[in-house]
Amino acid sequence: MSAHIATKKLYVGIWAALMVLTVVTATVSRIDLGAASAAVALIIATTKALLVVLFFMGVKYVSQKMTIVVIVSGVFFLGILLVLSMADYGSRAFK
Amino acid sequence: MEQQRESAELGMWLFLITEIMFFGGMFCAYMVYRYMYPMAWEAGSEQMDFWFGTINTVVLICSSLTMALAVRSAQVGQRKALVILLIITMLFGCVFMGIKGVEYYGHWTEHQFPGPNFQFAGPDAQHVQIFFFLYWAMTGLHALHMLIGIIVVGFIAYWSWRGKYGADYYNPVENTGLYWHFVDMVWIYLYPLLYLISHKHAG
Repeated sequence: MSAHIATKKLYVGIWAALMVLTVVTATVSRIDLGAASAAVALIIATTKALLVVLFFMGVKYVSQKMTIVVIVSGVFFLGILLVLSMADYGSRAFK
Repeated sequence: MEQQRESAELGMWLFLITEIMFFGGMFCAYMVYRYMYPMAWEAGSEQMDFWFGTINTVVLICSSLTMALAVRSAQVGQRKALVILLIITMLFGCVFMGIKGVEYYGHWTEHQFPGPNFQFAGPDAQHVQIFFFLYWAMTGLHALHMLIGIIVVGFIAYWSWRGKYGADYYNPVENTGLYWHFVDMVWIYLYPLLYLISHKHAG
């Protein structure tokens, strides 16, 4: 069994999607969305990151399940870092 | 051989996880300070050059495409395409670094480097300075990764030209690709978090 080889067409398609999302996030940033603007920017950035990870980095086609475990746990660690830090600082106003 | 390739891929991902935590600490500091001083973050973001940031985002996305195609060329054993695509990827990386350099020079002459020479006319100057500290630290660490990436891709291009890689062995090409895409992904987050905070941004 050898590694999955994606088509050139797929890579160009992902590139086009990333370009479109860049234009979308740049355009949306000029509109005053108030508190929602950060959330919108992060949702678009995460969509772009997922496209990069799944297709350019080939995680969608990874054959070794251990690699998936490592990637998911890494993202989970990052989540612990960010969520628990924010839970601390965000709750300091409550006395 | 396939098991060896999978192991190399797993090892590379373990390294990338340490990189995620490395950058993650900075993103965490960014998040906490932005929560504490949202106005300073908006004021700082308005000092960013929208077009430099946007063009660099486009440059990096293009470099990721050529990198992905380079790895594919290695997989199917097209040596000439592999070398050319790696060189194009390096050139995109150099364009990114050039634009970043011009941008850094502008911030430097505008006294936007944190330290004794830092100057900011608006209110909240001390907190805007924290924004600029994180701006320089995060983009600086990213730029260092870009520099390392360009050098590594250069070596891989040389060895590809020497015929070291082919359809049956291309682990170093694949892992360099993973690194390059990872660095691109960090920028995908840095771009909206640094350049696009305020809807009043220039450009």
